[in-house]
Parts: sequence; structure tokens; C-alpha cells
Amino acid sequence: MRTVQVARRVNPHLSIDTYDPEAELMLLHFGPQHPSTHGVFRMDLTLDGEIVVKAVPHVGFLHRAVEKLCESLAYVQITPIVDKNDYVAPMTNEQALNMAFEKLLNLEVPRRARWMRTLFAELQRIASHLLWLGTFALDLGGALGGGSTVFIYCFRERELILDLFEEVTGARFHYNTHTIGGNRHDIPAGWSAKVHQALDVIASRLSEYEGMTLDNKIFVARTRGVGVLDADLALELGITGPILRACGVDHDLRRDAPFHAYNEVRVQVVTATGGDCLARAKVRLGEMRESIRLIREMVDNIPAGAINSGKPIKVPLQTKIPPGQTYVAIETPRGELGTYVISDGSQFPYRLKIRPPSLHALSALPYILPGATVSDAVAILGSLDPIMGEVDR
Amino acid sequence: MTGFLHGASYGVVIVSVLMTATALSLWFERKLAARMQSRLGPTLVGPAGLLQPLADVLKLLQKEDIVPLKADAILFNLAPPVAVVCAIGVAAAVPFSPTVVAADLDVGVLYVLAIGAITVLPVFSAGWASNNKLALLGGMRAVAQSISYEVPLVLAALVPVILAGSMRIGTIVRVQSEGHWFVVWPFFLGIPAFVIFVLAMLAEANRIPFDIPEAESELVAGVTTEYTGMKFALFYMAEYVHTLVASAVAAALFLGGWDGGPFRPGLHWMVLKTLLLFAALYWMRWTLLRFRSDQLMGLCWRWLVPSSVALVAGAAVWVVFVG
Repeated sequence: MRTVQVARRVNPHLSIDTYDPEAELMLLHFGPQHPSTHGVFRMDLTLDGEIVVKAVPHVGFLHRAVEKLCESLAYVQITPIVDKNDYVAPMTNEQALNMAFEKLLNLEVPRRARWMRTLFAELQRIASHLLWLGTFALDLGGALGGGSTVFIYCFRERELILDLFEEVTGARFHYNTHTIGGNRHDIPAGWSAKVHQALDVIASRLSEYEGMTLDNKIFVARTRGVGVLDADLALELGITGPILRACGVDHDLRRDAPFHAYNEVRVQVVTATGGDCLARAKVRLGEMRESIRLIREMVDNIPAGAINSGKPIKVPLQTKIPPGQTYVAIETPRGELGTYVISDGSQFPYRLKIRPPSLHALSALPYILPGATVSDAVAILGSLDPIMGEVDR
Repeated sequence: MTGFLHGASYGVVIVSVLMTATALSLWFERKLAARMQSRLGPTLVGPAGLLQPLADVLKLLQKEDIVPLKADAILFNLAPPVAVVCAIGVAAAVPFSPTVVAADLDVGVLYVLAIGAITVLPVFSAGWASNNKLALLGGMRAVAQSISYEVPLVLAALVPVILAGSMRIGTIVRVQSEGHWFVVWPFFLGIPAFVIFVLAMLAEANRIPFDIPEAESELVAGVTTEYTGMKFALFYMAEYVHTLVASAVAAALFLGGWDGGPFRPGLHWMVLKTLLLFAALYWMRWTLLRFRSDQLMGLCWRWLVPSSVALVAGAAVWVVFVG
């Protein structure tokens, strides 16, 4: 893991200062009703022809005051609420949240539950990256063209993973399966065989997608050298996850600060160099392969035992956490998802702060958009994989 | 007078057939795309969803017709019909068989290219008159793209003209049916010219991978952003008619038109070739991603234009010394 001195000041609008003020610039409101803003994101792009001179991102269109709402909810009631934050990888939200509560309670999570969480996290990573690949191709190829073909293929495979989750939790998307001290739902009999089946399909199709993207001349032409982010700037902005690893920084909480059962398996961190959209695509495609390997290794060896420590659930709504504060971070498909909790000893959290990786990823936009064309801007935004649900909360 | 009546009657027939063919091609494309994407496509309206285009048109007819307050209403309303007229106008000079042709002009190739080139005007005026920034960007891209790709398109079309020694499309087809199709012999001129012609044609019709003027993931809907209902449908129709007619032109210029090789020549060959070409274009559309506009210009000026110039020179040399 690399540490960096946060000293370098970067002016995000370098180019507009040197711009001819007499030149005719056009202000384009990009979003929030734009088809490729991945939800309701808005950028104010100042354009010179098609070249972006200045970009100002605006967040907040999806703000739902989740953190404030959590202050008036019992601890066990919070899980289904945060499910909706990162709505592409919902289970990771539950994991980060409950890990923070468990840490404050000093609860030991049973080994079986930790293994299940690890498995779910990796399955979630594949599902999330598949969705990213589909929407990124949509950004590049359009809803009425080759992009939509990739999009539908990716959704077809993601469906297999949602089916697996449905079998365990009964829900396809907002699972509410993690709780303080463990999991709610146990793995049904014969589930691991289905996981293997699904992974076989996904693994073989993944090679197809690699061919459709990384070997595709148009894809490479559209992504190579586009949206280059250098490692220092990425670290300064607090960017984590695949975007940071695409800058060549070998940083992954799964290996560097193991949570769940990651200390019992060996995670090979995928990195790439270049920091451009192509590198990000390479990292995410590589991570899917790595996740498949991990799941195959783990799914047959899930230890037996309880799935919940069973301690604080006498009256779940009355669960009280001793006063204190803690910060817990896990590696989601998008990077470091942190939960910071302050407890005053009552049954509600005094303050709950969520640190979403997407918000930090979006903060790179003013630095990397100037100089790109409008087409590139769409590709760059897509390559950052922002989920507005967790950006705004 | 009889010439006029002949032309007019065939014109009416061709336009009606073309409109029907466009509606059917919509269905065909949706089915083809659905199969490529492991979907079913339209299934509910009519047998196998065949009446889906009709339902689409009915839906679009019911939509509110909106002219933006600050738009240039005249240009805004004029653009969609002009786009359709230009696209259909090209069909006039395309011989579908030795007899089925509205007007086999002496300067058929020139006429086809000229009318095809006018399509940029309605697209640009739509982009300008909409008073919408996204539409303006789309119109800007459309002008740059169409004018650039006009050059390789004309040069590639010159190759069969030189080889046949005529600008009359009927004569070009006749020369091919007496000798060889131009993609068969001389194939080293015919095939590259055909490929360039098809690529430039795709760019002119704004099809993927050259659909950057409407690039919906970037520009929402490009020049058609502000259009609703039937006016939007007219643009859509113009695009399909343009592709269909351009496929017919390519089939006539390079693939021997109505000639069936060892089999009896006739209208059916022309229709078959047009549809196959059309299907290939759709295949490309649902497979490829989109270029960026500067990459598109690079492809045109750095590769297509020089090679088409070389092809024209090659064709001239071939005609003088061999043919």
C-alpha cells in the first residue's frame, strides 16, 4: 500500500484560465434527464465546439437524507434502508453497515457467516461489473446499436447471479440478508452446484465479452488515452477501487485490510497501467475472472456452524450499542465503502456517516474532462461507474 | 407526354412499394436485432408482430405536435418532409429491372449522388432551427460528416461509371450482365470500391457506426431531440428509406442489379440483392460500437479518400489498357 503526501494543489479548471475570453463558448447542461448520466447526475459542460473546456459536476438530485433517517431507526432497521444506496451491489451496503455495528458491540461473527459474506461479496462484484460493462458499452455504442447488444448479453448473465441470491434470500435485489452478528438466511441444499453451473456459463461468456471489448478496434479507439487520471491525483482525491487500480496503484482492502473471510483466501489484485478508460475496463474484466476463481475455490469449502452469533436478538428493536465510535471500510465493486458510526448508548445511532466510493470517483471529473470531446465525456463518466444512489444517499 | 405518364406511374408504384418496404424493414430489423440479442422482438401485434410498424405509426400519430417556442418554425417544420422527399427522390433513377424504372436518366449516377447529398440540408436545418444545444451539436456533426463522406462516395461511384463508360445506371447494369459484375471482375477495383461505397453510404445515412449526428447516448437524440410524433417519424422513415435506396444503388452499381448470373434476370434479383445488403447493414448496426467524430473524419480523409482516388485512377488505367 502506498502513502502519499497530500500537498500538491491541482487547479481543476486549468484550461479555462488560459482560454480566450472572446471566444464563443457554449454552456451545455449535461443531465439530469440525459440518457447516459447513469441516473440523475448533472454536469455543466463549457464547450468550445465539441471540446470540453470546463466541467462542473452537480450532485444531489437523488438525495434522500438516508444518514439523517438512520438516526431515528433502530439498528436492525437500518439494513434495508442502506440497501438502496449502492443499488447495483446492494449486499455490500449491508455488509459495511453491519460490520460497523458488530465492531462496536465487539461481536464475533461465526466463521460460516463470514465465508458466506465473502462469497456474496464476490458474486455481487461479478454482477456489478457485468452491469457496468453493459452500460459502458451502451455509452459507447448507443441504445439502438452494438452497445445494446452487449448490454443485453451482460444482463442475461447478471440474471444468473440474481437467481442465486434469490434462492438464498428470497429477494432478487434488496436482500436484507445481513444482520448484526451474522446472516439471516442460510444457504439451501444444493446451492453450490448451482453456483458452479452459473459460473461455468459466466466464465465462458466472459471470454466472449473480452473479445467484444478489449479486442474490438472501435472500443479500443474510443477508450485508449481517454480520461487519463494519474495516480497521485487519484490518491489525493480519495479515489479507490478499480479506478485507482487502473492507475497502477496496487491497493485493495480485500488483501490490505482483510475483512470477512478474506484473510483465509488469497486475493490476486488486478491492476493496470495508463489510468484511462481502457485500463479501467481491463481491471474490471480481470476482477470478474478473479472473483470467479475465488468463488469456485470457496463455495465447496464453506465451514459448517451457525450463521449468526445469536446474541443481541432477544428483542431486535431494543438492540443497544455501547457508547463509542468506529469506522469500518470494505472493498465493494466500486472501491472503499466506509461506515462511520457514533453511538450514545441508546437504541438509535447518534450519527451514521457513509463514505461512498462513487462520490470520490465523480470528484475527478473536473480534472479529467477538460480537453475531451462530448463523446469522450460520456465514455469517461461511464468508465467511473458512478452509482447515484450512493453518491447522494 | 407518354414518357411523363410512364415515369409518373412507375414513380407512384415505386413510392408505394418503397413505403411498404420501409415499414416491413422496420419489423425485419427489430426481429433481426432481437435474434442477435437473444430476445423475441415484436410478437403481439399481428402474426409474428408483423403489424408492429403500423401500431408504431398509429401511436406516433396520436402524439402532441410540439414546436418549441424559440424554434424557427418554418425551417423546423420543413425539415422532416424534405428529408423524406430527398430519400425517396433517389429511388427515381434506380432501375429495378430493365423496365421497372421511373426515369433512367443519362446522368443517373450524378442525380442519385446529388439528391442523396441534399439530405444533409434538412438534417442541419433541423439541428439549427430546433434552438437546442444538443440538436445544434448534432447538426454540426451531420454537416461535417456528410460533406466529408461525399468525397469517397462520389469517387467510389466513379469506378463503375468509368468501367461501364456511362453514367446511366441502366447501362451500368447492362454492361455487368453482358460481362461480369464489377465485384467479380475486375475484383481488385470492384470490391474495394464497393466497400468504400457502402461505408460512405452508411455515413451519409447516419447509421451506426457512423450515427454520431444522433448519437443518443451523447446528444440525447441529436437533431431529432425536439421533434415529436409524426415529424420524428418522418426523420426515422427518411433514414430507413435512405438506407434501403442506397442499398439498391449499391446493388445496381456493383452487384449487377437485376442480373442473375446463369439464371433468368429479373426484378426479383434486384430485390434480393438490395435486401441482403440491407440486412448486412443492420447486422453491422447491431454489432458495432460508435466512432468518435474526429476518428470518423480521420477514417474518411486518411483512408477512404486516398484509396478511392487510387481506385478511380486504377479504373481509368484498366479501361484504357485492358477493358
